[in-house]
Amino acid sequence: MMNLVLYVWRQKNAQSQGQMVRYDAKNVSPDMSFLEMLDVINEELISKGQDPIAFDHDCREGICGSCGLMINGQAHGPKKATTTCQLHMRSFKDGDSIYIEPWRAKAFPVIKDLVVDRSSFDRIIQAGGYVSVSTGNAPDANSTPVPKTNADKAMDAASCIGCGACVASCPNSSAMLFTSAKIGHLGLLPQGQPERKERVLNMVTTMDKEGFGSCTNHRECEAACPKEITVDFIARMNRDYLWASLTYQKPSARGGGE
Amino acid sequence: MAITGLMGFGFVIMHMLGNLQIYLGQNVEGIYALDQYAKNLRAFGPMLYVARFGLLTIVLLHIVAAFQLTKISHQGRPVKYYKTVATGSDYASRTMRVSGPIVLLFIIYHLLDFTFGNVNPNFHEGQVYANVLASFSNPLISLFYIVAMLSLGLHMYHGLWSLFQSLGANNTKYNDLIRKFALLATLVVVIGNISIPISVLIGVIKK
Ligand code: HEM
Ligand code: SF4
Ligand code: FES
Repeated sequence: MMNLVLYVWRQKNAQSQGQMVRYDAKNVSPDMSFLEMLDVINEELISKGQDPIAFDHDCREGICGSCGLMINGQAHGPKKATTTCQLHMRSFKDGDSIYIEPWRAKAFPVIKDLVVDRSSFDRIIQAGGYVSVSTGNAPDANSTPVPKTNADKAMDAASCIGCGACVASCPNSSAMLFTSAKIGHLGLLPQGQPERKERVLNMVTTMDKEGFGSCTNHRECEAACPKEITVDFIARMNRDYLWASLTYQKPSARGGGE
Repeated sequence: MAITGLMGFGFVIMHMLGNLQIYLGQNVEGIYALDQYAKNLRAFGPMLYVARFGLLTIVLLHIVAAFQLTKISHQGRPVKYYKTVATGSDYASRTMRVSGPIVLLFIIYHLLDFTFGNVNPNFHEGQVYANVLASFSNPLISLFYIVAMLSLGLHMYHGLWSLFQSLGANNTKYNDLIRKFALLATLVVVIGNISIPISVLIGVIKK
């Protein structure tokens, strides 16, 4: 059993000023997950009639991307390739102080305590993170050949869970890793080709409009990403963007009307 | 940023090759190779001014772009963290906004020293070898040049890798090679340039 000192960001709502508040976490089992440790603190707060610490979570198995916390200055805590919900208290030792903060970015405003609004990511996806397909019967399997290496790379990119750790850890608060993973995922597959140029132009424009910072290639995102998405996807997106801005032509059919 | 940086890199390499001619000493007629080189450059006449104007434009565009990037990034995180731990970045990448301005200060001093001669202890237009010797004989000036070159080295080491990434000119096959190229080019420029003030101070380069 361990005793820890927590410093947790408490903020009533989006409008109010927040501050770090100290909590003593007694008798913490090393087998607890980080979120379970917070659950126990919250039980205590509730039994004392106090407001529990609000934090986001859903799957608690590293696939939904909602549980992001800044733990001792590292997005999702000290362990590589893990989300906060997959982090266990055995990663800490008796007597440790733990600073717990929400993701910090203009495009991720705090809603309450440790919960931030990540709908800016949704708007980036709405700008082009899809392929348009006509409805009808499903095509035959393997009727569209995909090279194995492309399928693998697309799968690497597709493993992004949209958690936002890349933005949180970036000294510039840039969303390049997330956006490039989405663009890379579709751009590597045949189904993504028809809208490839519009996609990169629209998604990057939306990303900039949402107020994310601009990438200077620090690579903090790659180190923080729980899915180990690499910055190669960022270079790939830059290449696509450059090419699309040079060659993209708006559709110009004049007949037929709307 | 990447394109002006790449041009700046091209200039830095050429400039270093020019500088190293200080080691060639005098020819049979007693003219220093370095002075001759400067004279040859001057023979380009108006073209020299086109090149100077071009370099000035590159530096200014680079600085404007740096301000824009910095502003967007500062706006991107209005509330700072209490604690951050760097895990992916390196010292060079985190100090770009410090090493850049040091290089800028250096460029200004450097022009006043060897182009206009305002701050040179003993300046004679065209006598490049002697001017360099006059400046670097003062250990403080030499130290400033050495610190400036180390800053340039940090700036180049990150910049040379970063620009491939920014231009999308990367490939998993060549990524390691690009890093090695950045390191090698940086070492060549830093060691090549720093060797000159050191050689003057220890008397390898003398009248
Ligand atoms: C004159 C003063 C200078 C200032 C204020 C300055 C500032 C900056 C800044 C703020 C960045 C972007 C930050 C980053 O990538 O982390 C940058 C990038 C860069 N700088 Fe400079 N710099 C200066 C001089 C130079 C010189 C002389 C060179 C040439 C050797 C150079 C080459 C580069 C390169 C190649 C990049 C990377 C571009 C990219 O990835 O897009 N800089 N500089
Ligand atoms: S790229 Fe990685 S860190 Fe960024 S949102 Fe996706 S999974 Fe999270
Ligand atoms: S709660 Fe779903 S990834 Fe952590």
